[in-house]
Amino acid sequence: MNQASGIVFQVLQSVLVVLIAPLMLGWVNQCRAWLQNKSGAGIWQPYKVLNKLFHKDAVLAHNASPLFRATPYVLFGCMWLAVGIVPVLATDLPFAPAADVIALVGLFALARVFVSLAGMDIGTSFGTLGARREMMIGFLAEPAMLMTLFTASLISHSTSLVTIVETLGQREFVIYPSMAFAAVAFLMVLLAENARIPIDNPSTHLELTMIHEAMILEYSARHLALIEWASSLKLTAYITIGFAIFVPWGIAQAGDWIGLPIALVALVVKLALAGAGLALIETVSAKMRIFRAPEFLGTAFLLATLGMLTHFLLEQ
Amino acid sequence: MDLSFLRPVDLAFTLAVVWIGLGVIGLALMRSPRLILDAVFPVGAVVALTLAVVGVWAINVPPSAAILPAGLPDLPFHVRVDPLSGFFLLLLGGVSFGISLFSSGYFRGEGEQGLGLLCFQYHVFLASMALVLIADDAYLFMVAWETMAMSSYFLVTTEHHNEKNRKAGFIYLLVAHLGALSILLSFGVLHGGHGDYTFDALRRAELSGSWATIAFVLAFFGFGAKAGMLPLHAWLPEAHPAAPSPVSALMSGIMLKTAIYGMIRVIYDLIGGIRWEWGLTVLLFGAATSLFGVLFALMQHDLKRLLAYHSVENIGIILIGIGLSMVFIGSGHPVAGVLGLIAGLYHTLNHAVFKGLLFLGAGAILKSTGLRNLNEMGGLIRYMPHTALYFLTGALAISALPPLNGFVSEWLTFQASLQAPLLESSVVRSLVPIVAAVLALSGALTGMCFVKVYGVAFLGQHRHELAEKPRDASAWERAGMLWLALGCLALGLLPVFMIGQLNQVSQVLINAGLPDAAMASGWLWLVPTSSAQASYSPIVFLLVIAAVFALTYLVVRHVYHGRLRRSDPWDCGFPAQTSRMEDTADGFGQPIRQIFAPVFLIHREIPRPDDPQPVFKQEVEDRHWYWMYLPIARLAEFLSGHVGKLQQGRISVYLLYGFLTLIALLVFAQ
Repeated sequence: MNQASGIVFQVLQSVLVVLIAPLMLGWVNQCRAWLQNKSGAGIWQPYKVLNKLFHKDAVLAHNASPLFRATPYVLFGCMWLAVGIVPVLATDLPFAPAADVIALVGLFALARVFVSLAGMDIGTSFGTLGARREMMIGFLAEPAMLMTLFTASLISHSTSLVTIVETLGQREFVIYPSMAFAAVAFLMVLLAENARIPIDNPSTHLELTMIHEAMILEYSARHLALIEWASSLKLTAYITIGFAIFVPWGIAQAGDWIGLPIALVALVVKLALAGAGLALIETVSAKMRIFRAPEFLGTAFLLATLGMLTHFLLEQ
Repeated sequence: MDLSFLRPVDLAFTLAVVWIGLGVIGLALMRSPRLILDAVFPVGAVVALTLAVVGVWAINVPPSAAILPAGLPDLPFHVRVDPLSGFFLLLLGGVSFGISLFSSGYFRGEGEQGLGLLCFQYHVFLASMALVLIADDAYLFMVAWETMAMSSYFLVTTEHHNEKNRKAGFIYLLVAHLGALSILLSFGVLHGGHGDYTFDALRRAELSGSWATIAFVLAFFGFGAKAGMLPLHAWLPEAHPAAPSPVSALMSGIMLKTAIYGMIRVIYDLIGGIRWEWGLTVLLFGAATSLFGVLFALMQHDLKRLLAYHSVENIGIILIGIGLSMVFIGSGHPVAGVLGLIAGLYHTLNHAVFKGLLFLGAGAILKSTGLRNLNEMGGLIRYMPHTALYFLTGALAISALPPLNGFVSEWLTFQASLQAPLLESSVVRSLVPIVAAVLALSGALTGMCFVKVYGVAFLGQHRHELAEKPRDASAWERAGMLWLALGCLALGLLPVFMIGQLNQVSQVLINAGLPDAAMASGWLWLVPTSSAQASYSPIVFLLVIAAVFALTYLVVRHVYHGRLRRSDPWDCGFPAQTSRMEDTADGFGQPIRQIFAPVFLIHREIPRPDDPQPVFKQEVEDRHWYWMYLPIARLAEFLSGHVGKLQQGRISVYLLYGFLTLIALLVFAQ
């Protein structure tokens, strides 16, 4: 595949993921409704919400600074870049070398810092409360996430996601203990970073428990729509990173046009399963107290470290 | 005109002398502070910029040396500029350019009487740092090192009416001298009894294994004391905030780096034959320092003190890079070692730039509001938009967020640590990634800390009724901050150029460089070893985000609308919002205080439930004071109390001492 068609493919993949991200969220919500014996709002509901929000007039606090108004766009840009560099369908991505897994973690950190700053901008009690909690979860989750990714990097001798996918996808199908540890740790980080149960509850505005929702309380209309969209993108990005590292099968190799439809089918199946699994986790577990979060994420970090040590001690 | 007689070493020395000259002129112009501000400081800035250019030049030419007609008889000063010195001269010149510009605006207004003296000390401080970097014998090195300590001591105690500042200065002087003593002993060990203290002789001296280790330990702790390494850091958060803000910027940004320079010069160049055990020591101290620094930074509400603790943290990160490099070199993997060294040096430069910027920002806030306590600030972005923008750049850079410069060096450090599988010893091999995890943790904590700083100081509602509306920084001050902010941006977006220069430094220092594949990928792509292993392109990174930003903005505006209504904050419908309901800096650090409680020594005063005017007091202290500093201080006091008994104040007793000494000498000298 030459450079030009590579870029076309790159843009197409990003657009595709950006468009299906709300669907993913709708699917998770629908599954959860079914599991809770409700009829649910349908998998298209997130699109309707976004459309509604975009049509509304934005309401902005008197003392909002430019940073507050810029943040939704920055956030959206960061998440767009994130889904652009993760090999979702194929490994032939011209933009992927721009950021490896470490830069990807940095990218999520950048988004987190901006949204936390925006939460503090108006100077309301809930905003600062949310920002503080978000940063706390963030600093606990980030090292665990990096250790997970380092385990994959050490196995494939590369921090580039493309190379990781190519290496791991070609290994024989055996359960590697290091990857098993890393996968559990990654799942825990995914739940924490995406404001899901048991760390945060995406469907509550209960004052004392919310984290992510508290930060974005002051946003409305188009700004809120972009933030919600970015959140669903972040969830999809994390899930696809998980696919790329732990279940890389089906992702098309460079230049493999025939592999693409297979990759698409594989992606849809994997996403559907992951969404159902997420809904199941959220249904069977309860939200933790905020100060149990360090234990939860500490466990994730420990598992990730254990995975890495296992790799050093057993698999070399 | 033939300019071939000009060499970097001559120019660097001349520029240092010019700085001293400027200081003397400042002293002479004591009665016309305007002239000092309008002429001396800006000229000093130009000298700094020239020095930076000389530094770049020195990186790319072979080392040049000279013997000065100064010093003691038979003991002339030797100077030499090689790429390593060149790199640090670049750092010194580049960063102090911005700081001098800022100073020119900052010292206007009140307190202009002492300006002549301040100007003298300031420029002598700069010159002494330059001399430390070009010294080529232990004698000149120590003279310059002590001049640096003394001039900065006087700068720390500029506001000597305040007793706290005098105390801070004293502790600083004490630790600085303990460090200097250790460095001196290290040179003594290195020289091995040849009577020649030029660096050339020290380099040639063959040391046995254990003596080399002793020299390493002495140098490591001697320079570590100056750098603020754990557990010798206690002076740093006291002394740096006490000085006027531009001087804090010089001390945190540049002076700490001369200690890093000394460490690299002595360990890599003079001792040589690095062992991996030394590297592991540096690595572990670095990891402990970085984590400790950031945890204590999160506990602070004094902005300058907080920044000083972050300097401790960043010194830790630099030491991690250097430690990794020593581990790899010591186990026979010079290429991975180069990566670690480059990561450490790059972070050295980055820290100088963003910490300089942040201290200048703190100075701008202090000048316009008179506040250092974060808990009294708030909403400054509305009054000081320029300062807010520059400070944001610095805050994002220090939080190691892409695409700014702090991220590049942390990324390189991570890449170096991922070379761990090369190592033979499985213990070290597993330790290295754990250190990387510590680095990740302190990076993430730094992010939290600067969300706290920025959110509490610049965002939100203002917490404190100010007599007048705070004014934004003046043009000179803005120029200084802009220069450093651009530095953060340039070093973040175009890292490949600086890494090319650093590769040059490492070629000369340890005869090894990055693999050719790494340098061949062009200026857009930062590739440490090979493009299959890892790559990073900050420009593409930024362009994609910017493009999506612009595109989304246009699409949202055109497809939908841009209608906007202003109203009061919603806050879940809560009616009465006062600024007392926002988080304070201490409130923001509360989760850290709870999670990492064993690290801190916390004193709490909790009011009784029936207290009509309850006051809740809490203080966080550094445990090191109690288990390390105070026992040593008590021991010193005890010893000096006993030695003091010798002093009787009667002439007959002193005559007896003389007599006894004479007898003793007669007995033993035979």
